[in-house]
Amino acid sequence: MIKENENLERIAKEIMRPVGLSKNFILWMSFLGVILAASLVAYAIQLQNGLTVTGMRDYVSWGMYIANFVFFVATSLVGMLITSVLGLTGISWIKPIGRIAEIIAVAFAAVAGLVIVSDMGRPDRLINVFMYGRIQSPIIWDVTVVITYLTLSTLLYFLPLIPDLAIAKTRMDHCPVWLQKLYEILSVKWGHTTEQYKIMLKSVRILMVVIVPTAFAIHTVTSWLFASTLRVGWDSTIFGPYFLTGAFVAGSAAVVIAMYVFRSSYKLEKYITAFHFDKMGKLLVLTMLVYLYFNINEYLVPAYKMKAADAKHLHELFVGSHAFLFWSVQLCGLIIPIILLIFKPFRKPVPMLILSIVILIGAWFKRLIIVVPTMEEPFLPKQHVPHEFMVYTPTVIESMITIGTIVMAIMIISILSKLFPVIPIWEMAEEAENESEHKLNE
Amino acid sequence: MSELINTTPTRDAGEGKQPVDRRDFLKKAGIVSAAGAVGAAAVYSGWNFQQKKPNHNMVTVRTPDNKLIEVPRDSIKTFKPILSELQKRGREGLKGKRWVMVIDLAKCRNARKCIQGCQTAHHLRPNQYHINTLTMQATENTPAYFMPKPCQHCDNPPCVSVCPVNATFKRQDGIVLIDNERCIGCRFCMAACPYSARIFNWEEPLQDNGYQEKIVAYEKALAAGDEATIDKLKYEVEYNVELNVPQKKGTVSKCLFSADRLREGKLPYCVSSCPNGVYWYGDQNEDSVTNGTTKETTRLTTLLEEKGAFQLMPELGTKPRVYYLPPKDRQFKFEDDRKPEGEA
Ligand code: SF4
Ligand code: SF4
Repeated sequence: MIKENENLERIAKEIMRPVGLSKNFILWMSFLGVILAASLVAYAIQLQNGLTVTGMRDYVSWGMYIANFVFFVATSLVGMLITSVLGLTGISWIKPIGRIAEIIAVAFAAVAGLVIVSDMGRPDRLINVFMYGRIQSPIIWDVTVVITYLTLSTLLYFLPLIPDLAIAKTRMDHCPVWLQKLYEILSVKWGHTTEQYKIMLKSVRILMVVIVPTAFAIHTVTSWLFASTLRVGWDSTIFGPYFLTGAFVAGSAAVVIAMYVFRSSYKLEKYITAFHFDKMGKLLVLTMLVYLYFNINEYLVPAYKMKAADAKHLHELFVGSHAFLFWSVQLCGLIIPIILLIFKPFRKPVPMLILSIVILIGAWFKRLIIVVPTMEEPFLPKQHVPHEFMVYTPTVIESMITIGTIVMAIMIISILSKLFPVIPIWEMAEEAENESEHKLNE
Repeated sequence: MSELINTTPTRDAGEGKQPVDRRDFLKKAGIVSAAGAVGAAAVYSGWNFQQKKPNHNMVTVRTPDNKLIEVPRDSIKTFKPILSELQKRGREGLKGKRWVMVIDLAKCRNARKCIQGCQTAHHLRPNQYHINTLTMQATENTPAYFMPKPCQHCDNPPCVSVCPVNATFKRQDGIVLIDNERCIGCRFCMAACPYSARIFNWEEPLQDNGYQEKIVAYEKALAAGDEATIDKLKYEVEYNVELNVPQKKGTVSKCLFSADRLREGKLPYCVSSCPNGVYWYGDQNEDSVTNGTTKETTRLTTLLEEKGAFQLMPELGTKPRVYYLPPKDRQFKFEDDRKPEGEA
């Protein structure tokens, strides 16, 4: 229950302060808007000329777009990890960052759907997926779970936001009128009654449980897009958990970056503290260790046996044409951060920010290194085709489109975090209340 | 041939000079009878003469059970949208057939005539291959040989399982086809095919000489209601899933075992283009295959048995419908005239 007292007053004031349209925000959005516009032009060119504007050809028929799609799905999973897995086990330090994780989940899951459209040869026929969908195809499973996950994540973001909107709507004189109206509408007559809280908390709890299998499904199924084929490097039985653990690494890194940005630009140092960074640092180490374990399994077992086709594939990765990227990703994106983050000084906000950026970039390229080398090594020889068919070289256009999707996700995150409180006011007030009661009892 | 009812076209009562294209005729037969516009299921033949003889009120048609009857001319309906009809029969395939191909590696000299025949028929660019002849060498000390590689028309096709919209499908006669009117261009099937048999129309596809003109003429005829021209052109310009022409930007294509030729009772384009007798083609149910060059027909099982046939990567469980005869006792010297790896 929320009591109207000086605690709530103070917390609401501090958290609501950055909400609303500031000059900096508009500048930032225009900056993103310009990049987005450029990538839309690139997409228009692709629509006009076909996928020939990309580096993909008949052998490497999946490239950056699919890698990007996997990256988006992966990153969005962090919502489930933090709110559900940690939330349900009663870990309380996640309270101020739970909403940040949900924002990332919503943004990345929403854009993932668009990313996959960017890869389609006939986006105009998207409707066919719903008209003629065949249950045997992993793509249909993917579409289903992505939509489900997006819906659940949105609810998990929105339901706990309602009390905040109700608290905030009387305290937003500095905000534009339309935003006040929006709060009024979205807060759906919330009156802070015990009954309302009970229903809300119960629904959230149910959602938290249901979203766990959904999130597992979404990324497992995404990994099956690869594992369900016979190709070397994809034909693996551990792709599900391999992708899933990789997802937690990418998502946690994204959350750390967002925490840092919100904390410094919205002046929320009081709520997102060094303590939270330290905890997230430990979480990152844990997820990365598990991921490293799956990496070792995925590469070492075939490398030991050296079946002819595997040997060629691994040779390209370890010492061949993809070696630089492969080792950069494994070292900078995984091994070095693990070693550094074990030490406490590296779990301070600034080093955490830098390491997380490196980890996240590594995570993106890791997806590329899963997709492309396998496609470059089909079972039968590649002959009588031009050089551009043999190796994959991404073009400016497809890079632009990919950057556009990332910008889109950042825009969604920016909007949600700027128009609505990023930290749950009522939960913080509750905490403060408990603490003062504690003090009284002592 | 799987087709329907009559084999001889009827002629218009009283006119009766011009023979009618048999297939065209049968088409009308199918449609008209299905529609059952006049209780009598009717087949109409002399449609082209209708405009010329407006005072002629009755026409003679042949019914599916081979009777000649007279029906009023205005009860006959023209049939224009043939796309769905082509799609339907293209998905069904030819009843009672199980097509197989046998490729004799001992005969292949990499003449690449099969490729040319195929590319011309399916409007492909020079580096788009429904069938490609590869130079194979399993290990260092085993002999190199040429291997034409079409789609294997797998009986357990991974490409078909993964397609999200049923755009690629397996027919009862064993052929795997693509409906490029439905394909969404996700290229999952390309990732799934272990034989790299599939290609994608990355750019605006090539069109054959004269194709564009035909389309223009066809559209003009449609606008003007010029039935004669429409009838003449419709099979050549409408999308035929058994030929996959016209190719479409953003969709997948691959070897079709020349399903359109099989419907006409002919051998596939590649098979009949080969000058070296590499290809045998036929129906597994009849246990007979015909050589595309010599036109010799033989028992499939005997051929496979005597020559010690094998299949490509059977361990993957795809169950190919293409058999290979090993490259032994070759009558020519193997010369790899390939340009360095990676060049067209
Ligand atoms: S060879 Fe490839 S494309 Fe052809 S049926 Fe088999 S899996 Fe499908
Ligand atoms: S590219 Fe077309 S045929 Fe291939 S799986 Fe996708 S929709 Fe099906």
